[in-house]
Amino acid sequence: MPDILRTVFSVDFVYSALRLTTPVLFAALGSLVADRAGVINIGLEGIMLFSALTGVLGSAYSGSLFVGMLCALVTGMCIALLMAYFSLQMKADIVLTGVAMNLVASGGTVFILYSVCGDKSVSTSLTSMVFPTVDIPVLGDIPVLGDILSGHNVLTYLSLLAVAAVWLFLEKSKPGLRIRAVGENDRAASSVGIHVRRVRYGALLLSGALASFGGMFLSMGMLTYFSKNMTAGRGYIALAAQALGNGSALGTFLSSLVFGCAEALSVSLQGVGLPPQFVQMVPYVATILGLVLYAALRKKNRPVRKHKKRKRGSTT
Amino acid sequence: MKQAKSRPLPTNRQIEARFTLIRTLTAAVIALAGCLALILTVSEEPWEAFSAFLFGPLESAKNIATVFETAAPLVYAGLAVSVMFSCNQFNMAAEGAVYVGGLAASAVAVRLSLPVVAHPALALLLGGAAGALVCFLPGLLKVKLGATEVVSSLMLNYIVLYLGVYVLNYLLADPQAGFPATERLPETAKLPTLISRTHFHVGTVLAFALCAVVYLYLYKSRQGYAIRMVGQNEKFARYSGIKVGGTILSAQLAGGFLAGMGGASEILGSYSRFQWVALPGYGFDGVIVATLAGNNPLLVPLGALFLGYLRCGADIMARRSDVATEVLSIVQGTIILLVASKLFLQRIKHKYIVSVAEKREAQAAGADAPAAEAEGGAAHA
Amino acid sequence: MADCILSMEHITKVYPNGFVANRDVSLQVQKGEVHALSGENGAGKSTLMKVLFGEEQPESGRIVFEGREIRPEDPISAIRLGIGMVHQHFMLVDSLSVAENIVLGLEPGRFGRFDKREAFRRAAEIIEKYRFSIDARRPVGSLPVGDRQKVEILKALYRGAKLLILDEPTAVLTPQETEELFLQIEQLKAQGHTLIFISHKLREIKQICEHITVLRGGRTVGTARVADVSEQEISRMMVGRDVLLEIDKPPARPGRTVLSVRGVPLSDRPDAPEVSFDLRAGEILGIAGVEGNGQSELCSRLAGLLPVRRGQVRLDGQDIAGRSVRALRALGMSHISEDRMTYGCAADANVEENLFSTTIYQKAYSRFGLLRRKLLDRRADELIREFCIKCTEKKEPVRMLSGGNIQKVVVAREFSGEPKCILANQPTRGIDVGATEFIRNRLLELRSRGAAVLLVSADLNEVLELSDRLLVFAASGVSAYFPDAAAVDEETLGEYMLDLRQMTAQEIGGAVYETS
Repeated sequence: MPDILRTVFSVDFVYSALRLTTPVLFAALGSLVADRAGVINIGLEGIMLFSALTGVLGSAYSGSLFVGMLCALVTGMCIALLMAYFSLQMKADIVLTGVAMNLVASGGTVFILYSVCGDKSVSTSLTSMVFPTVDIPVLGDIPVLGDILSGHNVLTYLSLLAVAAVWLFLEKSKPGLRIRAVGENDRAASSVGIHVRRVRYGALLLSGALASFGGMFLSMGMLTYFSKNMTAGRGYIALAAQALGNGSALGTFLSSLVFGCAEALSVSLQGVGLPPQFVQMVPYVATILGLVLYAALRKKNRPVRKHKKRKRGSTT
Repeated sequence: MKQAKSRPLPTNRQIEARFTLIRTLTAAVIALAGCLALILTVSEEPWEAFSAFLFGPLESAKNIATVFETAAPLVYAGLAVSVMFSCNQFNMAAEGAVYVGGLAASAVAVRLSLPVVAHPALALLLGGAAGALVCFLPGLLKVKLGATEVVSSLMLNYIVLYLGVYVLNYLLADPQAGFPATERLPETAKLPTLISRTHFHVGTVLAFALCAVVYLYLYKSRQGYAIRMVGQNEKFARYSGIKVGGTILSAQLAGGFLAGMGGASEILGSYSRFQWVALPGYGFDGVIVATLAGNNPLLVPLGALFLGYLRCGADIMARRSDVATEVLSIVQGTIILLVASKLFLQRIKHKYIVSVAEKREAQAAGADAPAAEAEGGAAHA
Repeated sequence: MADCILSMEHITKVYPNGFVANRDVSLQVQKGEVHALSGENGAGKSTLMKVLFGEEQPESGRIVFEGREIRPEDPISAIRLGIGMVHQHFMLVDSLSVAENIVLGLEPGRFGRFDKREAFRRAAEIIEKYRFSIDARRPVGSLPVGDRQKVEILKALYRGAKLLILDEPTAVLTPQETEELFLQIEQLKAQGHTLIFISHKLREIKQICEHITVLRGGRTVGTARVADVSEQEISRMMVGRDVLLEIDKPPARPGRTVLSVRGVPLSDRPDAPEVSFDLRAGEILGIAGVEGNGQSELCSRLAGLLPVRRGQVRLDGQDIAGRSVRALRALGMSHISEDRMTYGCAADANVEENLFSTTIYQKAYSRFGLLRRKLLDRRADELIREFCIKCTEKKEPVRMLSGGNIQKVVVAREFSGEPKCILANQPTRGIDVGATEFIRNRLLELRSRGAAVLLVSADLNEVLELSDRLLVFAASGVSAYFPDAAAVDEETLGEYMLDLRQMTAQEIGGAVYETS
């Protein structure tokens, strides 16, 4: 047991928790933007997976990280656009739309991978560009803090910036205000001439863009190649993290951090001699516990956040 | 719709049914066309690949048997998801339930020694019970706490998988196997094969027979009625005196049982040992089948056979050409999206209804008045 | 008329289901006045205003606003023309501040930035201009109802509304808030705004309106200068009866008490008024009154959908507190909900399935765990025939039926099986004449067979014709009890309904028979 404690309180642990928070955080922010507009984006998992692949392919073929990033970004937004089209325009159930997208992604990425690399599990035959790590000048020199905060992947820093950016966007911008209005009371919003459907389209697109960075981090940051189903449910975990975050960007960051820690724990426990399966289970158990906790709290004192009870599926 | 309301026609229900079929078929055709386009872009020999995909499963009796065998677990999963969706519960834990069902059945198979019929029967039942438990949990969280069943069930799938792998590795592993697997399943426990050189076994037949049972449950029993009413309109159900919470839970239990039994049947019929170390994916296939079948157990076999046919075709294509089977997931996703789209082909349907209405009106005008009255009278009788 | 800002002429609006909501209705509003639009529920006020605000398109007629003929296609174009509407159900985003709600859709700021400070400045400016006292920074969700209404009004003013429609604005307000609202209405008038004030509260109309237009049954009854008519005269215009239904009603032969209600509150508020009454077998107790005075809450409580926390309800001598809906139904309670499509039926389920939702669990309908299809089919056929439900087949989805036939499905379910006590909440609302008559006759038939009927209706014809005894629910609580409904004239009834008169507690106590 002391071993575990030593592990948990080590610098390495906190560093890797931050690192592992990154993909969940991006996706959770994406979920946040969609949720505030009143749309449940179940498709985050698929968006991340597809973006992870196209990022690798784009950068490998162009030899440019930027092109890779662009490819991943466009992919993420295209999938979000498709979801928006089917759920908002064609009135398909939003949950079913998301599930369908995730199905397409889990097989489709393998199909593309195989067609391009002739391999069904990893893209190691391609040399992908990777987002660089950054040492922060002064901060990096501070003993413990520097070791924890410096030397991360640029996307990790970007995800932290994204927290601030999403907060600014939702709370301080005109589109953000409209997203919040649409998500909370779409009839009120449309009564003052706001195009509810258009706002939701926008929110889903932004959601897709954010999630695509999560995908890029997986294949072009944390690892340097794409591997089959590498998202491993992070898109779903992000949904839970966002729900626990109680609708705010900061809350979403904190709950994502909890899941990052759970994952870091699961990584660092691997050497402790526990059966690996229990260790691997940690993030998922944490998610369910989180959901239960959130639901119990909400049930106990109703107004955690004024959540209009909305029907599953799209409402315009 | 308005047309239908203002002037109810005798065939409106049939029109809707017919139209649903047209929609589903159109969705399938569009999806297959998309698939062909994909094959055209990636393959060196696209036409060979595509024809293997489309016609391969019909080439031999063995292939046809394989279609049925592939469809069997899809039938179980489709039935499971249909029951849960009928209650308007998006419980995705059927995936985990299939896995656990397989595991529990193989535990019974290798750990107990029982006579021939009792052994697989017990294994199937316990497999079903284990699956029921898995699907029950998200339902319980939903009913008691209001926690969304979608996310909790998806997470539960991973937990179930890791627990299962743990049990496989530490409690049921056969050290001689060389890979994570149970010992060989004893012959007493296995579901006998019915067509030699295939995996067309008793469980395959059982799957199709179960469709009738589940149909009876969902459409001809009190509980099934309650499940469907809760799914249609929870407030109406409450107002009518139906116990909503209990009904939701029983739908999850029934769905989980079917999924678990599906896993059990698959293992006992088609495998010599339990060796799943990843989720088999049948739960999500169940979503596809249920969507195709419109949650109707009697149509589930059709949906499952269609999907099984595609699976088989994709396998044959992958063996004979350079196209990966995974192209199938794109076909499946497209079909779900199109079938789920309420407005897909809506305009054509509307035109159809209007034209039928006009025809009837013309008929009524052409025929003499008593005929029209007789028609109205028939509706009353 | 030179100073006529709005003239709606010969408006006719027919809803797709054939219901004529407005028939040749005309309305003239003078610039700078407060014009009352009045009438019973279902008289067509809301429809007329929806037409003006662009939410509904009329079949015929024209609208002239500020000397120009207009055809508002949607609320947005109506807003652009300078017409504002304050809905009864507020269109506000609770978590946003007052200022944000006011500017939403027309936010200040450049390059996508929302200039909060400017928003507050503008909100404060407009609050100042119209002398509203309200804090622009508070989130709307934390405001009392009266203040939310102010935000709604400010929203319309911010968008440049010259004509403001207030849809029953005082229905949700306390007397103090109402007074404040009236001061603000004076302010608005002083600044040149015109208001249409939808209400059936005569005192308020007397207090602030110049003219009144009364609608009844979708037609204009007339327009008058408020100063020239007495409250009694207005009441007579509003609650007159158009057609006397010829209902063959034998005298009641009441039996023992079936339902006894003691001190049951009419809402969840701690200061909610309470009601007590006894209902005997073989009689119809009517509850007359403007909608929303607690009638539906009462029915939901009696039916087991809401808990009975205060007071006591006994059905056949048994306390119903804590009993499930099914248990109550098993005791002989039957309930027609006012909201047909939400509670009364499952729209996608077929006719037969809707007919058995309350009884399917009974042993007689199952054998060996399966439903007895043939028996159910036969019963369904019988019910369809007995209740003249027009459907093409019993397996037709209910949503394909007309409103009247859907209600007949509900009624067939609720009236079959010899119920002891029937809660009929707006049993004939929004359905055609034939179905209405059918359902009314059925209620009388059940009464003569010994059922106890509680009839809630906003339709005066209905309550007066059918009821044996009558309770009146006004905004302030139960205002009257009449032991003989036949002896009530609608003028008196109107006065009690609209809170012009109030009986003593002792008189109302007559609704209770036993002292326990």
